[in-house]
Amino acid sequence: MSKAKRGWRQGFTLYTALLPMLLTVVFAYLGTIAWSLKISLTASRTFPSDQFVGLAQYVRLFANERWQVSLEHLAVFGLLFIIACLVIGFLLAVFIDQNVRGEGILRAIFLYPYALSFVATGLVWQWMLNPTLGLQETVRQLGFPNFEFDWLVNQDKVIYTVVIASVWQASGVVMALFLAGLRGVDEDIWKAARIDGIPRWRVYFSIVLPMLAPTFATVFVLLWVAVIKLYDAVVAMTQGGPGDASEVPAKFIMDHLFGRANIGLASAGSIVLLLSVLALLAPIAYARNHAKERA
Amino acid sequence: MNATATTLATPAAAARKRRHYSPVRLGTYAFLLSAAIFFLMPLYVMLITSFKSMDEIRLGHLFGLPGSLNLDAWRIAWSSACTGLACEGIQGGFWNSIKIVLPSTVLSIFLGALNGYALSFWRARGANLLFGVLMLGAFIPVQVMMFPLVRVLASVGLFSSLPGIVLIHTMFGMPVMTLLFRNYYASIPLELFKAARIDGGGFWRIFLQLMLPMSTPMLIVAVIMQVTGIWNDYILGLVFAGRDNLPMTVQLNNIINTTTGERLYNVNMAATILTSLVPLSIYLVSGRWFVRGIAAGAVKG
Repeated sequence: MSKAKRGWRQGFTLYTALLPMLLTVVFAYLGTIAWSLKISLTASRTFPSDQFVGLAQYVRLFANERWQVSLEHLAVFGLLFIIACLVIGFLLAVFIDQNVRGEGILRAIFLYPYALSFVATGLVWQWMLNPTLGLQETVRQLGFPNFEFDWLVNQDKVIYTVVIASVWQASGVVMALFLAGLRGVDEDIWKAARIDGIPRWRVYFSIVLPMLAPTFATVFVLLWVAVIKLYDAVVAMTQGGPGDASEVPAKFIMDHLFGRANIGLASAGSIVLLLSVLALLAPIAYARNHAKERA
Repeated sequence: MNATATTLATPAAAARKRRHYSPVRLGTYAFLLSAAIFFLMPLYVMLITSFKSMDEIRLGHLFGLPGSLNLDAWRIAWSSACTGLACEGIQGGFWNSIKIVLPSTVLSIFLGALNGYALSFWRARGANLLFGVLMLGAFIPVQVMMFPLVRVLASVGLFSSLPGIVLIHTMFGMPVMTLLFRNYYASIPLELFKAARIDGGGFWRIFLQLMLPMSTPMLIVAVIMQVTGIWNDYILGLVFAGRDNLPMTVQLNNIINTTTGERLYNVNMAATILTSLVPLSIYLVSGRWFVRGIAAGAVKG
C-alpha cells in the first residue's frame, strides 16, 4: 500500500470515528438551539410557523405574570440555595478535616442524598413537611401546640421548602469537593501558621479559603447550573403550587411546550435560560484562558 | 486516598497529641453529629413510614417506630399501586429503567471513550473546536433542545420509543463522558501510543486492544456516573420514553402526585425507597469511586 493511500484510509477511519460526536454537536446541540431561537422569533403556537414577529414573544414573555413570578422564585431559590450549599458544604468539610473519628461514615452520610434522584428528594421532603401528619404535627404533640411549620402549603414560604430539600440533596457534594481542596493544601502552611501562633480559624479564613478559589469557582458553576435546571424537585414536591407560588422557569417552559401548546413563548423562555447560563460561563472561560496565557 | 492519609496530618498532627476532649473538640463533634442527624432524618422517616400501617401514620408520630414490621406497603408499591390509570405498581417502571439504563450506559461510555481516544492521540482538524462546543453542551438547559429534538425524533419514528430515549441519553451523556476519557488518556504516555503505531496498530486496533483495556478505572467511574445519572433522570424519560417505557422515577411521581382519594403515605415511601434502591446501593458499594466521578465530572472544561 502506498503511503498516501494509507494516510487517506487512516483519515477516513478517524473522521468516521468522530462522526457521532460531530452529529451530536451539529444537530443535537447547535441545530436545536438555532431552531429554538428561530421559533422564539415567530408566531408559533401549537406548530412551528414561519411568520416572523421579531422579539414580540420576548416582550410577551416578560409581560407574562407567571414568568415574572417564576423568575422571582428562581432568584430567591438560587440565592439561598447557593449560599446555603457553600456555607454548609464548607463548614462540613472544615469540621471533617479536624482528624475526627468516623470520618468515612460521616462523609458517607453527608453525601448519600446526592445519589437520590430529585424526584425522590422532593417526595421525601413533601412527606416530612406534610402539615397535618409531618414535622408540624409531631412537634405539636411533643407539647408545643402552637408550633407552626406549614411552609409546604403556605404561598409565601413554599419556595423555602424547595430550598431545604435541594440543600439537603446537594450540600454533601460541595463538602466532598471542598474536602478534596482542603486536603491539597500544603502542610507547610499549617506548620508555619502554628509557629507564628495564628489561631486555626484565622488560617482557614485568611489563608486556606483564598487558596480554594478554584474549587470555589467549580462548585459555583455546578450549583448555578443546578439552579437553572431546577425542575424535577419542584414537580415532585409542590407541582409549582400552591397556586403558582413555587413556579420556576424550567417548569414554565415545559408547561408551555407540552401542556399549553405555546411553543413560541416557551422557546423564548428557553433562550433566556440559555443566555443566563452563558452569562456566567463566558467570564469564567475568559478568565481561565487569560490565566493560561499568562502562565 | 493514600495520598490524603498523609496530607490529612495537616491540622491533625497537633490534634492527635491531645485527643483528650477539649471544648473545641466537643463542639466539633456536636456540630458533625447534628449535621449527621439532619442528613439521616429523611432516610429514617422514609424507612419507618414504609413499615407502618395507615392507622399508625394517622397518629402523626413522624419519628415513632412502627408497632410491627408490616410489609404490605412494600408489596402494594411494587405490584399494585396505581399510576394514573393502571394499577400495576412500580415494577413496570423498574424494568423500563433497566431497559433504558443498560444500553444508554454502554453506548454513552463507548462513544465517550472513543471520542476521548481520538481527541488525545489523533490529530483531526477542528476536533478541539468540536470538543469545546460539546463541553458547552453540558451546561445547556435541556429545555432549549427539547422541542426540536421531539420533532426530529418524531420525523424518524423514534419519538416515544426505547431506542429514542437511549439515543437521547447517549447524546446528553456525551460531553461528560468524553471529558472523562480525554483527561484520562491525556495522562497515558504518548510513547506507548507511538510504540503501538510502529508495531502496525491501526486506529481501531489500538483503541480496542490497548487503550480500552487500560481504562478500567475510568470505565468503573463512568459506569457509576451513567447508571446513577440515567436512573435518576426524570425530565428526559418523561418526554422521550413514551407511555410504554416510562422510567421508574416518572412512575414514582405519577403514583404519588396523581392519585385521587386517600394518600397512602406508607406505600408512597416504600415506592420512593424502591426507586432509590439502585443508585443508593451503587453509592454504598462504590464509595470512593462515586466521589471520584463527581470530582472528575465537576471540573468541566
